[in-house]
Amino acid sequence: MEFTEKQVGAIKFTLFSPETIRKMSVIKVTVPDTYNEDGYPIDGGLMDQHMGVIDPGLRCKTCGGTVHTCPGHFGHIDLVRPVLHSEFARVVAVLLKVTCSSCSRALVKKGAKDTFGELLSEDELLAQMKKTKKCPYCGAKQEDIKYEKPTTIMEGKRALLPIEIRERLAKIPDEDLELIGMDPESARPEWMVLTALPIPPVQMRPSIILETGERSEDDITHKLVDIIRINQRLDANLNAGAPQLIIEDLWELLQYHVTTYFNNESANVPPARHRSGRPLKTLSQRLKGKEGRFRYNLSGKRVNFSSRTVVSPDPNISINEVGVPRAVAEELTVPIYVTPWNLEECKEMLKRTEYPKIVYVTGKDGRRRRVMEKNVEELLAALDVGWVLERQLKDGDPVIFNRQPSLHRISMMCHKTKVLPGRTFRLHVAVCPPYNADFDGDEMNLHVPQTYEARAETEELMLVERQIISPRNGSAIIQPNEDHVSGAYLLTRKGVKLTKDEATRFLGAAGIYELPEPEKDGTYSGKKVFSMLFPKDLNMEYKTRLCKEVNECSKEKCPYDGYVIIRNGILEHGSMEKKGYSGLILEKLFNDYGPEVAREFIDRSTKMAVYSVTHFGFSVGLENYKLDKKTLEKINEIRDKAIKEVEGLIVKYKNKTLPRSPGKTLKETLEEQIMMVLNHARDSTGSILREYFGQDNTSIVMANIGSRGSILNVIQMAAFLGQQAVRSKRIKRGYKGRVLPHFKIGDMGAYARGFVGSSFMKGLTPTEYFFHAAGGRESIVNTAIRTARSGYMQRRLINALQDLYTDYDRSVRDADGNIIQLRYGGDMKDPMRSKKV
Amino acid sequence: MSKKKEQFSVFDHVLVPKHEIVPDSEVEAILAELRVESKDRLPKILPTDPCVKALKAKRGDLIRILRKEPTGEAVYYRVVV
Repeated sequence: MEFTEKQVGAIKFTLFSPETIRKMSVIKVTVPDTYNEDGYPIDGGLMDQHMGVIDPGLRCKTCGGTVHTCPGHFGHIDLVRPVLHSEFARVVAVLLKVTCSSCSRALVKKGAKDTFGELLSEDELLAQMKKTKKCPYCGAKQEDIKYEKPTTIMEGKRALLPIEIRERLAKIPDEDLELIGMDPESARPEWMVLTALPIPPVQMRPSIILETGERSEDDITHKLVDIIRINQRLDANLNAGAPQLIIEDLWELLQYHVTTYFNNESANVPPARHRSGRPLKTLSQRLKGKEGRFRYNLSGKRVNFSSRTVVSPDPNISINEVGVPRAVAEELTVPIYVTPWNLEECKEMLKRTEYPKIVYVTGKDGRRRRVMEKNVEELLAALDVGWVLERQLKDGDPVIFNRQPSLHRISMMCHKTKVLPGRTFRLHVAVCPPYNADFDGDEMNLHVPQTYEARAETEELMLVERQIISPRNGSAIIQPNEDHVSGAYLLTRKGVKLTKDEATRFLGAAGIYELPEPEKDGTYSGKKVFSMLFPKDLNMEYKTRLCKEVNECSKEKCPYDGYVIIRNGILEHGSMEKKGYSGLILEKLFNDYGPEVAREFIDRSTKMAVYSVTHFGFSVGLENYKLDKKTLEKINEIRDKAIKEVEGLIVKYKNKTLPRSPGKTLKETLEEQIMMVLNHARDSTGSILREYFGQDNTSIVMANIGSRGSILNVIQMAAFLGQQAVRSKRIKRGYKGRVLPHFKIGDMGAYARGFVGSSFMKGLTPTEYFFHAAGGRESIVNTAIRTARSGYMQRRLINALQDLYTDYDRSVRDADGNIIQLRYGGDMKDPMRSKKV
Repeated sequence: MSKKKEQFSVFDHVLVPKHEIVPDSEVEAILAELRVESKDRLPKILPTDPCVKALKAKRGDLIRILRKEPTGEAVYYRVVV
């Protein structure tokens, strides 16, 4: 392909003069009709063949081209009376304001003009002119000019006729126009009052033929019919010498039609409607807005070789894979270039009649043909080097998988195709976080790269396993979660012993077909079984989440199994939990052994963990949160003590004996202390619950190992919810002096200001329920606002940064070659490949 | 008060990196190294910038900024506009 490098120096928009309109016009349209009874374009009508053809077989009378070759040509209408161009009405009004009503000179003192233009900005100059009441040239008194939407300009109490406006504008001398800020060469003001109207080519407004065989005209054609009709009627009435009143009515009607022809949504104009009552889509509507030419057709291009459907989970595929429904795989294709080396292979492929078959072939002549039973023999004989075959998508093909909103680069990643039955895309659950995907009905898009270069590039740069570490902070974003963590913990707890049979099943689930060293009693320890997932030379030591941070770390003798020691790929001490399993170990594997090893670890360990969690059984239910009477009393005691304490604080506050905190008012001090007391009370129930539930309660286990939930969730279910807050303050707005009519005016006690003393187990009282809803609403509103705001910020950033690139010398430059950063990021450091600190 | 003001140098501040005017003899080599045809392509710095004032740099001068960052030392160039 050849490229020409040219720089756009400037773009100039100018007005059409009536002469230009007539000069470029190929025909004067006079008949307000389109086709005759035979369905043939009427000469001099709106579908005149001089303006181009849309019916196959006909030829353009201007250029002789056919439907495919004729680009279309403009025609024109001569308006018998001028009308204002509605989109320029405001400008026209300004021009009339700054020029004399009788001599049309700019309202600036003689001589002062030259210096004026330099001294004042254009806006200031215009403002001055508008204020001038007497013409400095002819001394004529200037009446007030007022613009009334859409096309009326009032001088004093009289509406100016377009004819008068045109005359006045035409009289403005060129030099005065330059002073006002117009270029008389390209935009004489009188051209804003139309005397001739260009008629767009037929191609721009093709008629469509309905099933009934009827022709249906484009909205723009309809509008033009209206304009020509009124124009003719006005002409007839003028020639017949009709009364002024009738003339003016028709004139106004012509103005209306021309106005709506340009913009059918202009203010103070009833929109022109179709017979069905639907407003017409005229010129402005074609371009404007989300569905307009710019946003819909120019910025918003649609692509081929893509697919979209619902996603659902599949823990059995690799994180590198995406499950593609058979139906989708049969539709999408990948091009294969025939070379001397794959010619035979290609012949075999072309012979196939079932699923991974060739759908299209493109020969050397560049013609694309569909492969069918009847032409396959012919194609096979002709098949040669240089042909391109389009093969159906099959296992292993790299594709780009995406979920909107595509906020960061890991919203689009390369997956390897895995054709599966069903109708949904299948996704490994560990890859949900980068896409922010869940399976409550989310849909995702899939794109098939169409060249070998693109395939290689997607695989090299975008493959999921290479994105395990987030570029944000260097920690893993694709990681085992929830049940995976629980499963790994259950397997690696202290004293887990498996029989040979069980161990085989665990390893088999992960695709490992050898056994570790058995213990002396012939069993296999869970830790050793899990260790089979590690590389043989892995050595690590770290404190886990289970670590209680006692005075002295007893390391391998840790009673909670909270200190992990991995020696030569064997987990000798400690259990798996979120921090090690999904963090430290995974990141070490990625950094020291590479993405493939890390991916394999995720693939295998999650499968083993899922098997583990089903093998040992792990469930949560109401039983997890039931308390006995004694514990309940203990908790209620803490709660009631806190409430008493709050009352005490309020009394102190009322007696003014409460010591004021620095930088706060007395009231703020009180609120702060109340919040502190109540939150502390809630948090302190945690230890009681931990003690009561013990370390085997599944909910506590999950909170400890970090697989799901926190101790706060347990507290809120079993003990009480605690203080509800709006804007991190106690809730206080509502009725006068109280939030709800259930409280006394001025009551500042805990319960009156949003303290919830019930647990989710017990159930909330009506007032507590209200407070809880008020607190919950805040977070919902916040997320709504945050997404809107960050979305707009993101849009502006993308627009500002879209043509910056990193050059081969690793400097960041813009499209003109200006250097933005001398080294990418200032230091060339990639957080994804940097050590965490 | 005014005396104190004169004694203050922006470069004494911990957060202000070292600035220096690049001698004209070196400019050409630097532009070649950065692969730009003229100084206009480089990042800019205002003549009102306190560092530029302190250096008494003129319009068109190339300023070299030596930054010490947690990730290492970085060299940056800016042209006074």
